[in-house]
Amino acid sequence: MTVRTPPMLAVRDLRASYGQIEVLHGIDFEVATGQVVTILGSNGAGKTTTLRALTGRVSTRGSAFLDGDELTGRTTEAIARRGVALVPQGRGTFVNFTVAENLRLGGYLNKDGDAVRADIQQMYEHFPVLGERQDQRAGSLSGGEQQMLAIARALMLRPRMLLLDEPSLGLAPMITRSLFRMVAAVNADQNTTIVLVEQNAHLALEMAHAAYVLEAGRIVMSGTPDDVRDDEAMASAYLGYGV
Amino acid sequence: MTRLNLADPVTQRRVKAVGVVVLLAVAVWLPTYYVPYRVFQFTTVLVYAIAVLGLGLLTGYNGQISLGHGAFYAVGAYTTAILMEAGLPYVLAIPPAAALTFVLGFGLGIPALRLHGPYLALVTLGVAAVTPPLLKRFSGLTGGSMGLSVTKPAAPEWSGLANDQWLYYLVLVFAVGMFVLARNLVHSRAGRAMIAIRDDELAARTMGIPLARVKTRAFAWSAMYAGVAGGLSTWVIGFLSPDSFAVAVSIQFLAALVVGGLGTIFGPLFGAAFLVFIPNVSQDINDAAPGIAFGALLILAMYVAPGGVAGLLRKGWIRLITATAPRPESRPPADPPSPPPAGTVAPADPSADDGLTVDAEQ
Amino acid sequence: MELFLQQVISGLASGAIYASLAVALVLIYRSTDILNFAQGEMAMFSTYIVWQLLQNGAPYWLAVGITLVASFLAGIAIERVIIRPVEGKPELIVVIVTIGLFILINALAGYIWSFQVRGVPSPWVARNIALGGVRVSVSTLGILAAVALVVGLLFVLFAKTRLGLVLRAAAENPEASRLVGIRVGWMLALGWGLAAAVGALSGILVAPILFLDPNMMLSVLIFAFAAATLGGFESPGGAVLGGLIVGVTENLAATYVDAIGADLKIIVPMLLIVAVLLVRPQGLFGHARIERA
Repeated sequence: MTVRTPPMLAVRDLRASYGQIEVLHGIDFEVATGQVVTILGSNGAGKTTTLRALTGRVSTRGSAFLDGDELTGRTTEAIARRGVALVPQGRGTFVNFTVAENLRLGGYLNKDGDAVRADIQQMYEHFPVLGERQDQRAGSLSGGEQQMLAIARALMLRPRMLLLDEPSLGLAPMITRSLFRMVAAVNADQNTTIVLVEQNAHLALEMAHAAYVLEAGRIVMSGTPDDVRDDEAMASAYLGYGV
Repeated sequence: MTRLNLADPVTQRRVKAVGVVVLLAVAVWLPTYYVPYRVFQFTTVLVYAIAVLGLGLLTGYNGQISLGHGAFYAVGAYTTAILMEAGLPYVLAIPPAAALTFVLGFGLGIPALRLHGPYLALVTLGVAAVTPPLLKRFSGLTGGSMGLSVTKPAAPEWSGLANDQWLYYLVLVFAVGMFVLARNLVHSRAGRAMIAIRDDELAARTMGIPLARVKTRAFAWSAMYAGVAGGLSTWVIGFLSPDSFAVAVSIQFLAALVVGGLGTIFGPLFGAAFLVFIPNVSQDINDAAPGIAFGALLILAMYVAPGGVAGLLRKGWIRLITATAPRPESRPPADPPSPPPAGTVAPADPSADDGLTVDAEQ
Repeated sequence: MELFLQQVISGLASGAIYASLAVALVLIYRSTDILNFAQGEMAMFSTYIVWQLLQNGAPYWLAVGITLVASFLAGIAIERVIIRPVEGKPELIVVIVTIGLFILINALAGYIWSFQVRGVPSPWVARNIALGGVRVSVSTLGILAAVALVVGLLFVLFAKTRLGLVLRAAAENPEASRLVGIRVGWMLALGWGLAAAVGALSGILVAPILFLDPNMMLSVLIFAFAAATLGGFESPGGAVLGGLIVGVTENLAATYVDAIGADLKIIVPMLLIVAVLLVRPQGLFGHARIERA
């Protein structure tokens, strides 16, 4: 996958460990500005760990650079301050706070109160359901609504790069589709770079410009979505058809 | 001469046995060399060690935190004193104290079943706090604020020992007995049940361990130890007053337990020594110096050696084993066969937990 | 009847004092999951600072103001320097650190100011006011007003301000808070600072009554624990209510139940807590913790 301009995210020989156990064994990949890149792989491959490594939540070696700025070795909050928003698995919502409060918290780094309020209104336009439930406790929302809230919360950061960890988990296909459509819209409108970690390869490949496949902590394939679909081994392993 | 192969479990057991024998020999030799005041201090260390060991059974091996063991200590002390005053030979004054505190411990263990962590700490703290006022209240029995005096056990003619030495050896016998008892308890089925509960109550319950029975018994045994220690302290000091059983006593026992090494058998011995000698050393400086030293050391100990002195020794021991282990062919065992999870699980070796959570990997 | 009302009201006053220390305990417990056994000693130390400033000639309210600010800063410092190294470690380790802090601060106070018991002038006029047939001392009203003011300010902070929202978020979900860029460590330290200041208030209010000595706060601490337990350790509001209940119950028991009297008053809150915990382990206002395997 060749990129002419320097990539926004450059990951080189990234290793991650939980205690003594190394889980990522030196991965390399790049994401260009405004691209949607998806990382596929089965359970235990290291996809979530990759996102953890990028957001300072696991001990790492190697490097990851965001527009030349080193991410590895920084705290999670410092990385967030550099414009990287993560929608973690389990959504990371403040369950006992209202939808509106969650969004306010998402806009924490924005010192301009009016801008934050305007952003929140925008979120309600993009996600009308959230607007309807703005004073409701986040924990009482349905799975799909919570995922929506999590994405909206991340977008409040006005991120340069949005990381999504298995947004489809536990959601019905229709809801997942509409979520992905919204994310794609964000990418199109604001040129937000997106790294999407997914087990649901179909939907992810529909959205992505580029794909990487992770297996047991290593990248075993990279290319365009078509490359992945055309590759028989990959197709049968992750897409369920082929031989 | 063949090298000592510490990787071999049999050798390890032998080395440990030798260690214990040496320790005992030193213990027996001490009063023959030191002046009475020092001997008195050593005796006090043994007394505290018993109490702290009892607390260790409950908190270190069973995970129930108690800030109230001073109360059992007091009950044991006063029971023994009252019986001695009533004319009972001093040796016979200890078993009733033990029995009474066992029952009281069991009694406290029942509501404790419903209390966890900070709540249990609080209730036990409350028990410790009401002890001095209660003692003062029942002054008919306890002598109230004026306190109680007893005649300290005197060395019999045939022993040829001085009084302080006699007392020391008496207490030593008790201490050795209690330590052996504790070690056997911890290694028994009941002990393993206690430890299982400490590590994961839910899992223990699923394995069929009768939670209520094990936990209340742990409380009972642990209270008994404190009670025996209290009774022995009556022999050693000869005078009790309610104010010497204030909340501070309970807190010091817990501190000594953790500094000595939570979840270990020998930790309490180090902790007791810490209790007796640190304040002593710094007393000359200023009235408040002992407190400052003690408090600061406690905090530092938690940063540097959360496993206590026993934990440090254990790490040193493991290093020694791996250093002297024979090269390539035979791999040194990862863990020496020492008392079960004593050092390997959370309370004794928290450095193993680096705080990272591992959820289901994707 | 008049005696009863009198005792209820003075019980409310001591309850208010317990409440302010209880609120401090709850603030720290909510933000860092730590039971700070040293809270009482920190309050005691702050009270000594007020006394010292008074000795040096400062007017009362200035002394209190300076001390509250100093306590706030000290709380932040203690969290960052002493507590941080053991944050996340097993509960018992952290408990020992707070106990060590307890012993250390107690001894420090004794070292600096000696263990001599001192009198502290009361800021309140020594007068009684007739309120609806009951005589209430100015001191009682003053205490109630002071605590109400501080708790009220805290309430406004937490419920209505952005900072309050952030503090609550950092306490409830530190991970998610980091993801939005909140410096969680500093928010926790801020919680400790607020707690130290609120706790200091309890020491300052109780000193004229109990007399100042390094050991004066121990029983207050136990009552405050009782109050927080009653309230459920999760809401400052619960702690306040718990404090008032403990204060009134303690006072009524001491007055009407002969067997108890002044020295055994501490039994009352203990029995109360045990009773509450046996029936409702999460306290009156706490949420039942769901045990997840």
